[in-house]
Amino acid sequence: MQIKHRVYENTLYVVLSGELDEHSAYHARISLDEIFDMPKFKQIIIDLSELDFMDSTGIGVLIGRYKRMKDKQIPIFICNPSTHAERIFKMTGLYDIMPKIS
Amino acid sequence: MKLLNEMELNIKALSINEGFARSCVAAFCVQANPSLDEITDIKTAVSEAVTNCVVHAYPSIPGNICIKVKLYENSVDIEILDNGIGIEDFEKAREPFYTSKPNEERSGMGFAVMESFMDNLELKNNTNKGLIVKMQKFFKKQNNIAVGE
Repeated sequence: MQIKHRVYENTLYVVLSGELDEHSAYHARISLDEIFDMPKFKQIIIDLSELDFMDSTGIGVLIGRYKRMKDKQIPIFICNPSTHAERIFKMTGLYDIMPKIS
Repeated sequence: MKLLNEMELNIKALSINEGFARSCVAAFCVQANPSLDEITDIKTAVSEAVTNCVVHAYPSIPGNICIKVKLYENSVDIEILDNGIGIEDFEKAREPFYTSKPNEERSGMGFAVMESFMDNLELKNNTNKGLIVKMQKFFKKQNNIAVGE
């Protein structure tokens, strides 16, 4: 999987593309933590429009990042999930901690 | 219920095989003309079951995973078998958010996702040791036109 990011007006935009599963989760965790450790932003928006596949491993990755950012009081928002990713998010209540934005 | 085709796939329980396994089963099911949504449901459920083998079944040395698929005109039966450590309490394992590895970043939603994305889910002990995950999915066949017959 690939992870692209840019910071614009205090917001860190992160685009996940490819497939997020157990195999790619390790790389995703490390890359996201590196990006999230950068200074100079007040909120994070994770764009899933280019994510071709995700299973419940993705939930573990996202909740793990949420816990790290919660200590720094930086909110994370999700945008453009696929219908399948959205079903998993709703099952787990992920949107309660990482609200969906359009 | 007419059997269209069947296949068996044997792979090592390595995470790199997850993508191959789910894509392989999904591609095989295309013969029955399921909808794109149904294909993604199957892909996701297979990915969860194979991930369970990789993460849970073989804690030290990766063993084998066998995936058996029986494809019918309007449904598919998928069995995912391993010879790993198995599961003691099926009911507990199926509870949403239950994970045997609470210290890792695991959602504990694997079986809940399989249950939600498929029409039937059954867990059984494998004859000697390990687990059998049996799943069934019905195809709704709306606006599907079979081609190449």
